[in-house]
Amino acid sequence: MTKTGEDKDVTIHIDEALCKRCGFCIEYCNKKVYEADKDGMPLVKNPEECTNCRLCELRCPDFAIRVEVVNNE
Amino acid sequence: MAVKLSYREYFKEEALPLMWCAGCGNGILLRAITDALADLEIPPHQVVVSTGIGCWGKADDYMKTHGFHGSHGRALAFGTGIKLGNPDLHVLALMGDGDALAIGGNHFIHAARRNIDITAIISNNFTYGMTGGQYSPTTPLSYKTTTSPVGVAEPAFDVCGLAEECGANYVARSTVYHVTQLKRFIAAAIQKKGFTVVEAINTCPTHFGRRNIPGDSVEMMEYVKNLSVPKSRYEKMDEEEKAKHLVTGELVNKDRPDFLSVYREINSVESESGRGEGK
Repeated sequence: MTKTGEDKDVTIHIDEALCKRCGFCIEYCNKKVYEADKDGMPLVKNPEECTNCRLCELRCPDFAIRVEVVNNE
Repeated sequence: MAVKLSYREYFKEEALPLMWCAGCGNGILLRAITDALADLEIPPHQVVVSTGIGCWGKADDYMKTHGFHGSHGRALAFGTGIKLGNPDLHVLALMGDGDALAIGGNHFIHAARRNIDITAIISNNFTYGMTGGQYSPTTPLSYKTTTSPVGVAEPAFDVCGLAEECGANYVARSTVYHVTQLKRFIAAAIQKKGFTVVEAINTCPTHFGRRNIPGDSVEMMEYVKNLSVPKSRYEKMDEEEKAKHLVTGELVNKDRPDFLSVYREINSVESESGRGEGK
């Protein structure tokens, strides 16, 4: 399942089947885009804060995060 | 304008989910490698990953490049054969700390001495993860493992120091926290002729972390982050402080002729002088 936080520029997809809830994305996002749900699953809480630095994607050990620029025209 | 290659050209998405534990940084290292290959635009069929045994030895399962999954500690031995058989291929030897420095310790020393054109990417998680968390040659002194329940009594190998002393052309250390630096070092190592080593300090919350670092995966990552210091800071530390940290950065970058160049040169000289024409 893919959960999407929509914003004008960036879409963040989290694949819940791949996520192992290590918490790296939540801890190391400088802009606090993510918050954990009660099971430690990251939720895209503040997508408007995302700067598309993609460090969460690169630091996700399970290839569960995809940060996509939607309108890059 | 040429379309930029994606890591997906090298990463086998259909093999997901990865077999590694929650909080293990092997997936981060795998992403850094596939990103580096994409940046360098090396076609996947010109890359061979040679692996041994261990958690990180499973990495070839997730790559679309050629792969050779050999026996424990022999990634460099098989890699040497692959490189000499077809020197046009880029050979990456993916090894864990135990695989590279204990079981395959001699291969590591001699691959560096020989300066064979292989890139060794070592995932150092300070323990034997797959077999249940025994101490490895890189477990820091006095840290606890299943085979050292009160603390290991042996000092750890300095992976990069060993590679440097043995003659590797390029030696760099980074961590799975410093992802962009890690990718940069891997790309530089692949481009460099001769034996190149990138040590990636990795997280193992399941075994190493559980016995030594109170807390979860994030605490384990914090440990890795705080353990590593850049050269400029490391050089200002006293000996006691240095012993508690690992220096990161490009530690060696030189251009000693690689094994095949030397081998070809010596053999051509021999044939000109009339020797070595017996075949």
